[in-house]
Amino acid sequence: MAETAKHYKNRLGLWGWLGGGRYGLERYAYALHRITGMGILLYFVLHIFVTGSRLGGRESWTKWMGGFESGIFEVGEYLVFIAVAYHALNGIRLALTELGLLMGKPTRPLFPYRSAVLKQRPVLILVMVLAAVLIIAGGLDFFLLGAE
Amino acid sequence: MRESTLWFWHIIAGAVILVLLGLHMTVMHLDDIIGLYADTTAWETVIARSQQGFFMVTYILLLGAALYHGLYGFRSILFELSLGKGCQKAINWLFLIGGLLLFIYGAYVAIAVYSMKEVVL
Repeated sequence: MAETAKHYKNRLGLWGWLGGGRYGLERYAYALHRITGMGILLYFVLHIFVTGSRLGGRESWTKWMGGFESGIFEVGEYLVFIAVAYHALNGIRLALTELGLLMGKPTRPLFPYRSAVLKQRPVLILVMVLAAVLIIAGGLDFFLLGAE
Repeated sequence: MRESTLWFWHIIAGAVILVLLGLHMTVMHLDDIIGLYADTTAWETVIARSQQGFFMVTYILLLGAALYHGLYGFRSILFELSLGKGCQKAINWLFLIGGLLLFIYGAYVAIAVYSMKEVVL
């Protein structure tokens, strides 16, 4: 961290993710992005070890996979799918705003003010609709189609 | 390394993950919709994928990008909580070493299974 950077104490801590002000839709998208990110990271670390079991050959692999056949694991896996769909699509929006692509051109602050947050909001809604489509498609694949 | 450089690579890793994890999720979880495999996690299917150079290379790429993206993201969340300097240093080292160990293990598995030529499908 640069020595010149000034740091302020994060007074709200984790509570600041959800409460502490009149937050817009994007703040909740931010909180959910972090929650899903941590969930995916936890799954991913376990996934590295579980998929590593294929090193032990067919027996080791089928033994591990057999352990994950019950319904609760399938629901858990679907939750990870939902988290990935949300995190990926919201992440596209975040990367685009980071590059300044969805914020509009800078203008003088003349009344009526138009916030840059509102300029990117249609994209937030668009990516959420796309996430919903993916989540529904995933649900079909997980629970209705095939016999996995 | 400067924070802005780490942040830049976080976004680049995100873009890599978007492509590779998109492919992984489509292959693994939308397989019935696109009609790819009868059973994506059956031993024969898993080995058939693991022994293709394309999958071996993309598994390692995805592993590295996802570990970096995930651990840097989690580090950012932790650092936002106004931790002490010592605590931040400990997290830096823990994540760096932990991430490297996970990468070495995952990459080793991908390469070892790729070269397991004695496997009978």
